[in-house]
Amino acid sequence: MASLVSVLIDGIIYSSYLFIIALGLTLIYGVMKILNMAHGSLYALGAYVAATLIGAWFNAGLNPYGSLALLALSALLVGVIAGPIIERGLLRFMYGKDEIVLILVTYSIFLILEDVIKLIWGVESYTAFQPYGLLGNIDIGALPYTVYDALLVVVAVLVGVAVTFVLTRTRQGKLLVAVIHDREISAAMGINVGRVYFITFTIGTMLAALGGALIAPKVSVVPAMGVEVIVLAFAVVVIGGLGSLPGAALGALIVGLVRSAAVHYLPEVELFSIYLVMALVLIVRPKGLFSAAEARKI
Amino acid sequence: MKADRTPLWLGIGLAVFLGGGWLIPAWAQSLAILALGKGLVVLGLLLLMRCGLVSFGQGLYYCLGAYAAVSISKIFNLPPSLLTSDAVVMPLAGGIVAGAVAFVLGFLLANYRSIFFAMLSLAFSMILYGLLIKMSVLGSSDGFNITYGTAAGIRLAPGAHLFALYAVSVAMVFAALLGAHRFLSSHTGRLGPAIRDNELRVEYMGASVRNVVHLNYVAAAVLSGVGGGLVALSIGHIDPDLAYWTTSGEFVFVAILSGTTNVAAPFLGSLIFEWIKSVAYQYTPYTWQLVLGVALLLVIMFLPAGLWSLFGRRGKGA
Amino acid sequence: MNMRRKLVTVATASALALGLAAFAAPASAQEKEKPIRIGVVTFLSGAAAGPFGVPARNGAEVAAEALNGGKVPAPYTAAGLGGAPIELLFVDEAGGTTKQVNEFRNLVQRDNVDLVIGYISSGDCLAVAPVAEELKRLTVFFDCGTPRIFEDASYKYLFRTGATATMDNTAAALYVTEMKPALKKFAGINQNYAWGQDSWNDFEAAMKVLKPGVDMGTSQMPKLLAGQYGAEISALLTSGADVVHSSFWGGDAEALILQGAPRGLFKKSTIVMTAGEPTLVRLGTQVPEGTVIGARGPFNMFAPDNELNRWFRKAYEDRYAVVPSYPAYKMVQAILGVKAAWEKAQAANGGKRPSQDQVIAAFENLSFEGPGGKVDMALGKGHQAVQGTAYGITKNVGGKVTVVNVKRYPASRVTPPDGVKSEEWIKSGFKTAK
Repeated sequence: MASLVSVLIDGIIYSSYLFIIALGLTLIYGVMKILNMAHGSLYALGAYVAATLIGAWFNAGLNPYGSLALLALSALLVGVIAGPIIERGLLRFMYGKDEIVLILVTYSIFLILEDVIKLIWGVESYTAFQPYGLLGNIDIGALPYTVYDALLVVVAVLVGVAVTFVLTRTRQGKLLVAVIHDREISAAMGINVGRVYFITFTIGTMLAALGGALIAPKVSVVPAMGVEVIVLAFAVVVIGGLGSLPGAALGALIVGLVRSAAVHYLPEVELFSIYLVMALVLIVRPKGLFSAAEARKI
Repeated sequence: MKADRTPLWLGIGLAVFLGGGWLIPAWAQSLAILALGKGLVVLGLLLLMRCGLVSFGQGLYYCLGAYAAVSISKIFNLPPSLLTSDAVVMPLAGGIVAGAVAFVLGFLLANYRSIFFAMLSLAFSMILYGLLIKMSVLGSSDGFNITYGTAAGIRLAPGAHLFALYAVSVAMVFAALLGAHRFLSSHTGRLGPAIRDNELRVEYMGASVRNVVHLNYVAAAVLSGVGGGLVALSIGHIDPDLAYWTTSGEFVFVAILSGTTNVAAPFLGSLIFEWIKSVAYQYTPYTWQLVLGVALLLVIMFLPAGLWSLFGRRGKGA
Repeated sequence: MNMRRKLVTVATASALALGLAAFAAPASAQEKEKPIRIGVVTFLSGAAAGPFGVPARNGAEVAAEALNGGKVPAPYTAAGLGGAPIELLFVDEAGGTTKQVNEFRNLVQRDNVDLVIGYISSGDCLAVAPVAEELKRLTVFFDCGTPRIFEDASYKYLFRTGATATMDNTAAALYVTEMKPALKKFAGINQNYAWGQDSWNDFEAAMKVLKPGVDMGTSQMPKLLAGQYGAEISALLTSGADVVHSSFWGGDAEALILQGAPRGLFKKSTIVMTAGEPTLVRLGTQVPEGTVIGARGPFNMFAPDNELNRWFRKAYEDRYAVVPSYPAYKMVQAILGVKAAWEKAQAANGGKRPSQDQVIAAFENLSFEGPGGKVDMALGKGHQAVQGTAYGITKNVGGKVTVVNVKRYPASRVTPPDGVKSEEWIKSGFKTAK
């Protein structure tokens, strides 16, 4: 029988991956009240860019350890290029509209990006496996795990801490939190809400791309890899409470551990374990685990 | 107040569609049945959207409507019967089963709003998906084929199957349209937009928000179930993909495309959507998603009230 | 306001009109050399495009071009099909069964194709089969693996030139039990949908028959396209299985290798990948040595060294700079099968263009040659092909990956006889008694 330790480790590794992806989504929703369906495509974009860069890096025969920096670089590139294009070029004109219409706008962006990715990179799969085995293995419990996966957990924690720090300690971060709470009053107080949106969307995009870039060395980068991620990310965000960072972390942890337990003990339920968890959480806490108290307008 | 001309228009429309159905080629009849069946689901979404709710889980009822009759006979090894191979009874049975499930789930879902309603409805549809994938007696992800031989008990001549299904679809759609129109003009129906505007005030005025939402939810489910049954008969094959979230997403897509101003809008939107998909597949088989995405964006940007607004300002914005 | 409405109405009307015009049937060409229009349906987008759909499409293009130019070796030297040129119409198989049934109707009723070849997904095959019968159009399934098509029903207009997945998994069980006689425990990791479930059920049943008393460790069933198998790999490592069965394909198969190899999964257990050959083509030496690979038939490295195979490999490699994988082989097999049937019917018809019924009659119970060797349409009342298969183990030689210890299994050992369902056949101990 599987040791509890393996269940925990596998769960934590999966949770870290979910957390990075969910973080960007919850941030964008919290600030802009947009549920970004294109999040999956941005994740895929990050993965493709990372795979391409890593492939080129190793073809050029450069120092293998440098390839790890490429992962962060890919996320940065995608965030800085795709984010502004989408936000300034399209979303900016849609802000007044209904929440659902905005979701559809992001859905059409998702459709467009899927084909753009296909046009640029084709339908063949890309592998950029070298960084995954680079750092070797460590044995935890009775099982070998790769150091890369451990790194994934560390990165997730660092990113979470960094974003929390920025939001609570820096001025820009506090402005962001103000906008999350009440956009109108913030604007009335002189905050440049448009710029806050721009920054948020760019950071959200970067985080999505980072998730994709980090996963690229582990998987084969294929078209439609973004589709599966969207629902996972949504489920985590809804479980944790929309717009809440600790919520995203807790949601990711719960989903990761439940899935790991299912895989080890009851593989048949694995398929819908995440939806069961989401339904159960929503039944008990209708707005997610860490939902902010909202004033009702009468 | 002007006399309500809508039933008259609907009657004329019914005659036109039935007559015209004779003249259009077979592939167009199939396309029409698809559009009409899916249009029913979108009509259900329209009812919910008028209450301010968007369901990302109509796939649940769409799938139930398709699976209900035949699954029962397969699981309990019953012989093929009126229930499973009749073009009229099978979709209606699907609608009833869907409605029953919605009645139960509605007690839970009627308490949720906006994104949580959407996600919870999505969760339930995905749970059904997972359950169906596990059931090998129902063919797991491959599903199984279904056929029909009668319509309302009348045995169909070979070759008449397609038109019979088309006629049944048209009849059901117009019945639904009449029903929806009556409902939306009724007292309970008018509470929908009121709830969307301000639930608290509606409660203060003495109406029960929960009951109205519950009712709309069940109505939407019944429509989706019937639609699912019709589409299933037309395609001749059902599989768990009907409950997958992207199927539900497509319905929401069409709902926004059509707009909520008029009960006939979902059918126009559904027809145009199926047509766009078909054309995109034919001419741009490698980039049809791009074409679809751009088309959707254009509609959102230039026709914010949906396609129906092309026909001028008839009907108040919902 | 009024002007805008008018403009919009006119625009919509003209768009609709143009659209309807697009739907109109194309003008028919002159009689004698009238091209034969073949609808080819395969995945051009989505996860199945890279490993299966695109090689299949490429195979079709290579075959059609070579046939039209009369460049294919004997017995297929006639140009096109019996002298008439081949015209291919490609349709993307993505979008789900509802869409595919609709597209099939469009191909037959709107585009007026003479026949349809295609379908990789078993779900699409099952959905399209009755429609092909209803519309009375010759349809050839080239790849989908579900045995249900001809086990559950009989068809007149439908043929399948590829063997079913039962063959893959039965042969896999035979191979591993022969290779590892001391085998005590096996496990599996398969995608949680019909293909994965059926593959695993067949393999498990076969193992229990071949080695009674063998232990089943764990059966992992992750979601299709899950991509991340950390927990599953841990579970497999914990199970201590000697053999792990997997019908994974595409990105999932590659991910399993990329995630499993560094953690020693492929050293601890012998992994059998029943549909692993395209992955081998893609990943090359990254596939760990000692992995058992199947190509769903005698294709690619398992193909016999005959003229057809030599021609096909060269033509494909020249055009696409990569070795053809099994979907490409199976597509060409389907096209050549149609050609053999067509020309046989034409000869019986005094050299005149045969009717569809004549082609169907010729196709039934036909035996023909393909780049993978001989194909016999021996099951399903002459509509379902049987073929042998082969399995081998990967080994890196001189920096290139090869397959060694190849064992071939004739059709009779790995296919149920006509009229017997796959599941019963395996459970009965592979009884071939008629």
